Amino acid sequence: MNFEMPNFLLALPEIFVLGMACLLLLIDLFLKDQDRHLTYLFSLFTLVLVAVLTVYGYSGERQISFNGAYVADGMSQVLKLGVYFAVFVVFVYAKDYLRDRGIFKGEFYLLGLFGMLGMMIMISAHSLLTLYLGLELLSLSMYAMVAMQRDSARASEAAMKYFVLGAIASGMLLYGMSMIYGATGTLDLSGIASQAATADKTLMAFGLVFLLVGVAFKLGAVPFHMWLPDVYEGAPTAVTLYIGSAPKIAAFALLARLLGDGLINLHDQWQGILIILAVLSMAVGNIVAIAQTNLKRMLAYSTISHAGFLLLGILTGTRSGFSSSMFYALSYVLMALGGFGMIMLISRKGFEGDKLDDFKGLNKRSPWYAFMMLILMFSMAGVPPFLGFWAKLSVLEEVVASGMIWLAVVGVVFSIIGVFYYLRIIKLMYFDEPASEEELECSADMRLMISANALMVLGIGLFPGALMAACAAAFSTT
Amino acid sequence: MGIEKFIFYIFSVLLIASASMVITVRNPVKAALFLVLAFFASAVLWLLIKAEFLAIVLVLVYVGAVMVLFLFVVMMLDINIERMRAGFIRYLPLGILVALTMAGMLIWVVSGDGSAFNHSVLHGPSYSNTQALGLVLYTNYVYPFEIAAVILLVAIIAAITLTLRRRPNTKHQKPAEQIAVKRHDRVRMVKMKAEERK
Repeated sequence: MNFEMPNFLLALPEIFVLGMACLLLLIDLFLKDQDRHLTYLFSLFTLVLVAVLTVYGYSGERQISFNGAYVADGMSQVLKLGVYFAVFVVFVYAKDYLRDRGIFKGEFYLLGLFGMLGMMIMISAHSLLTLYLGLELLSLSMYAMVAMQRDSARASEAAMKYFVLGAIASGMLLYGMSMIYGATGTLDLSGIASQAATADKTLMAFGLVFLLVGVAFKLGAVPFHMWLPDVYEGAPTAVTLYIGSAPKIAAFALLARLLGDGLINLHDQWQGILIILAVLSMAVGNIVAIAQTNLKRMLAYSTISHAGFLLLGILTGTRSGFSSSMFYALSYVLMALGGFGMIMLISRKGFEGDKLDDFKGLNKRSPWYAFMMLILMFSMAGVPPFLGFWAKLSVLEEVVASGMIWLAVVGVVFSIIGVFYYLRIIKLMYFDEPASEEELECSADMRLMISANALMVLGIGLFPGALMAACAAAFSTT
Repeated sequence: MGIEKFIFYIFSVLLIASASMVITVRNPVKAALFLVLAFFASAVLWLLIKAEFLAIVLVLVYVGAVMVLFLFVVMMLDINIERMRAGFIRYLPLGILVALTMAGMLIWVVSGDGSAFNHSVLHGPSYSNTQALGLVLYTNYVYPFEIAAVILLVAIIAAITLTLRRRPNTKHQKPAEQIAVKRHDRVRMVKMKAEERK
């Protein structure tokens, strides 16, 4: 047999995160409850170090290791840094919320790190096997995190729904992968790309459909979105923040690896499927969100509509299309972090600030945070000059450039419908009387982080060039 | 008829018989034991087609670990058999439909041109598929293999997170204190006047 020693250094970020997570597992065991903030600091330290390792460990060219299972390229670098940032913000926001509810335990940070490892594996996957294993690692961590608040019946229900539907989705995905493997005889994504032209057409088409059903389930695209609002609403907000942010980057990576690296030759076949998924997601997400009174549920439907927009860029099948979707995914994650973070900001011990009415008159209670929420909502609605506008614009530009003007028009129409429910929150904050006059109570790091988060949405919105260039560069090397 | 065919038929019959016993016996413990027998019979069938590694794994993992655990659970839980059988008639039509579909598919595949079965590669007697698996598992597939190990670790952490509960008000014994106890800790002598019976 021929065996080539893999380049372990290439996977140093993954190895480092695994090592630190295992170390944290041991350290946390010996900590008393009042020293639990050490676990928190250790996790943040891990994230900073792994970011440094990722930046300095990358040679700038596309490299494949582990017998074709692992790839390091421009896309993987940018997406990984995005994931580290998102998880860092989640950990900072979650601290006070978890402590107030008596679930400030090492497990949240441990499972968060292991889930992040799963995302990194997906982002750097170059074979169907690693893609699937990374996805399972991420999903398993998320199921457990949703169920972590054991005394809450709603959280248990959400976890159960998530687990059952997630397992079905994994089954679909795996079934599709087995068919693609059967048709091409290889698990390697570039091998699949080169075999796709000569492989059995029927088998490839069946495999493709099952793959896309599985991915749509995980992404929460209509008609496979039923689990998403229930899980977002039922889970503790800190966990909702986690599952609603960083995994979207990983979901983009999953699509880009499968469709862009592996099945790009079947573009004619998957384009039609993605168009249907995208249009339905934008329609259902934006229209149903109007009827919601719970902000977590509303943001869940808004996630569905954003997933539709994300698919718009991918379905063009061009490099610039993929890079516009990547820009969209990163922008969306930044906005979602802020949006769910605001819910945690106005929550306090024994009070969940997740109703729309809880935002009434926020301007009178705290003008600064009302302004931050205004930035986030305008950005999600896609109002210039905020980040969300550029994200929507770049995706729509790609759709127009590939000649589907009707699809771009549909996208614009539904995002205008979506503006309504974002503006309603701004109306509640500025023009309604507050239900309570209490001061917002939360720690300094949370205040600082959420201000920085919202100002980043504004700042990158004013100067979007750098992030756009990074996304474009990510797809020029492949 | 060669000895191989003879063994094949014996263990096939045993497999089918024990598998049908699993779903027909009333006692769940007996059903679990029949399932163990079914696993053994199928392990022999694996051996006959020279897949000795699968046969060993089937016995070690399924019989040795999974079924023992299963037996523990079955013996410890108080399962109400009558209630579990309640929906039998209601679900029967659906069950028959699924069974017929499966049977139809099997017949369709088996009665085809045989192209579904001609993929087998025959190796000589010195070929060991345990060795072949081991050679690629820790070399070419070391990365996915390690990830699978991490997934199992996360499963352990998740299971402990979700089930470990510390109950502050449970009553437990402290043997050291029980041994060290003195008479005057437990019994208090009270002096009182004798009372007349009423």
